[in-house]
Amino acid sequence: MEDGQDAKIVVDGLNAWYGSVQALRDVSLTILDRKVTAVIGPSGCGKSTFIRCLNRMHEVAPHTRVQGKVTLDGQDIYAPGVDPVTIRRRVGMVFQRPNPFPTMSIFDNVAAGLKLGGLAPKAYLADIVEKALRQAALWDEVKYMLKRNGTALSGGQQQRLCIARALAVEPEVLLMDEPCSALDPITTLAIEELLQELSREYTIIIVTHNMQQAARVSDKAAFLFMGEDRTGFLVEYGDTKEIFTNPKDPRTEGYITGRFG
Amino acid sequence: MNNRPSYLRRKITNYTMMGLCGLATVIAIGVLLLVVGYTLANGISFFNLEFVTQTARPLGEPGGGMRNEILGTMVLVGLATLFGLPVSLLAGAYLSEFGGGRVGTAVRLVADVLAGVPSVVIGIFVYVLVVVPMGTFSALSGGIALAIIMLPVIARTTEEMMKLVPTTHREAALALGIRRWRTIVSVVMPGALVGIVTGSMLALARIAGETAPLIFTALGNRFGFSGLNQPIAALPIQIWRYAVSPYNTWHEQAWAASFLLVMLVLIISVLVRWFTSRLNH
Amino acid sequence: MTRALLEKQLQEIQDEVLELGGMVERAILGSIETLKKQDLEMAQLIITEDVAINQKRFHIEERCIQLMATQQPVASDLRQIVAMIHIIVDLERMADHAEGIAKITLLIGKEPLIKPLIDIPRMAQKGVEMLRRSLEAFTQRNVEAAKGISEEDDEVDALYDQVYRELLVLMLQDPRIIQRATYLIWVAHNLERIADRVTNICERVVFTATGHMVEMNVSKY
Repeated sequence: MEDGQDAKIVVDGLNAWYGSVQALRDVSLTILDRKVTAVIGPSGCGKSTFIRCLNRMHEVAPHTRVQGKVTLDGQDIYAPGVDPVTIRRRVGMVFQRPNPFPTMSIFDNVAAGLKLGGLAPKAYLADIVEKALRQAALWDEVKYMLKRNGTALSGGQQQRLCIARALAVEPEVLLMDEPCSALDPITTLAIEELLQELSREYTIIIVTHNMQQAARVSDKAAFLFMGEDRTGFLVEYGDTKEIFTNPKDPRTEGYITGRFG
Repeated sequence: MNNRPSYLRRKITNYTMMGLCGLATVIAIGVLLLVVGYTLANGISFFNLEFVTQTARPLGEPGGGMRNEILGTMVLVGLATLFGLPVSLLAGAYLSEFGGGRVGTAVRLVADVLAGVPSVVIGIFVYVLVVVPMGTFSALSGGIALAIIMLPVIARTTEEMMKLVPTTHREAALALGIRRWRTIVSVVMPGALVGIVTGSMLALARIAGETAPLIFTALGNRFGFSGLNQPIAALPIQIWRYAVSPYNTWHEQAWAASFLLVMLVLIISVLVRWFTSRLNH
Repeated sequence: MTRALLEKQLQEIQDEVLELGGMVERAILGSIETLKKQDLEMAQLIITEDVAINQKRFHIEERCIQLMATQQPVASDLRQIVAMIHIIVDLERMADHAEGIAKITLLIGKEPLIKPLIDIPRMAQKGVEMLRRSLEAFTQRNVEAAKGISEEDDEVDALYDQVYRELLVLMLQDPRIIQRATYLIWVAHNLERIADRVTNICERVVFTATGHMVEMNVSKY
């Protein structure tokens, strides 16, 4: 327990823009190492934008801007001279809809980050792929069809394939942007179980608009909200148990009890 | 319910419009069938193995074929592909991935204008820029002219096809720590491959039948292939020459050559179909 | 296996309920022991230890609430949690009865007992045994066992009757002992209430296993 209380990512005064529209204002919080942190809040409050700022994916979209400080193990990821590619290898990402590369086999999908990232230790590639698929609890289902196309899998399997793909590059942090929104409830629970397993080794930050899911899977929860100007800001951040039984802010209470938001 | 006037009127409008649509379809397909059918019907009787394997005989002598012209067209299309395809693909990739700004808009506009320029103008353009300085009509200049015609078609197809690749695939790759260029080459382009190949093959089919730009560049050549810096024979030129001539035997040869060209387009179209369906499954 | 986290936490909370049960057992038996030995120090100890039992109860209740808030349990999982919340209240009340007995010990002080204690320790033994088996029935969702245990409350009631009558006779014989005899009746009454609370636990066993809320063996006291 004690080692799990270390800070992994420290966000300090984060602001983000799309063009002239400000999406996030002055978000500051500390993400704990090897814990599951849930980011909740109403649609459009900047949840996805927030996590995209943590692996420098926000700047991939045109006309975007980030201001503020984000440190990963004490290193400022927005410092001049920092290559976003190296940050993205340490902070992996799983997206809302399963998005395996349609032109690649299951094996190649998992190996993509290593092969195309120029990190491929050819000899160990098969081992790494197997390990990643095992971590994603997919190995037993696909071990005899690694050459098959990734899109041949079911939705839940595809999402686990995407998780395996992200794990194969051995990141330290895993960002998940509503990873279950396209999945059925049973598959969703399976993915949630997986998160519990993964949180032993990885720091996980999951965006979800499903409050029950946030309550189920996370240790810490951050509640983002937006004002009249549609700019998101952090309302409350704390232990999930506390947030869901005794929130400090009436807006959090209103949102999690379904009264508004 | 049926006696409500508005309902009746809508019903009549519906049938009228459907009838008009059907008519338009029949006209469009009818014209196509007429052209293809007429060409095939006329051409097939003069088409035989000799036509493909033999060279032309002197006027009045029966038989002979268009071996040189077929070869010439293949060389020209090959050259055009060699010059045009890489540039087109890179231009298309640029427009799709980085074409959001002013440069992209400008390039897109230029490509669209180029696509609309009559092919004869392109022929004159290449004549001035290549043929005149070289001092001779040549296969090379013909290839360049055809490449220029190809360029906007393939570039724009490539762009559109690459844009169809979902952003999430690019983001997935970038989020894995894969560099931008590698993402484009290894994720986006393979994802758009079917479309790019289809577009390229259709562009090939189109330039294979181009006549006007070749008159100013490749010129045509009654004899066999004699180097890239020399005039070269081409099917469309020969069809045109024979068709406007007063001789019956030449007319027959022109029909056979037309048949060959139509078949070529047909075969390419079928190949495209086969290729796309195979890759999509 | 899905919902591993929920299962794990349910198990942990149930284990804590059993721990609380053990604490209550020790309090009951200890209180009778102090009474027998008239050990005032030990009585004081039992009174202070009740605080720990109360804290444990609040701790378990809080965990149940957090589990409901975060894991959205339904059906048998939900029934189990609700049952546990009820059971810990009963357990805590039982401990209060034990504390009551310890306080009576203090009231009696060093004055000699008016009679040797035979049926009262027997009531305590019976009550504790019923408690232990009711919690076991809860962990096994054993409806039959629960019904059987609640029937046994009659035995405790019978013992109470006997003690009560015996003490009445003694009081009639010698009015000077009325106060001390009344203390012992209170003790017996506390033990009778403890056994009644066991039948409440048995009701929760049936509820957890079947979803039915049934009233069991309404005590005549």
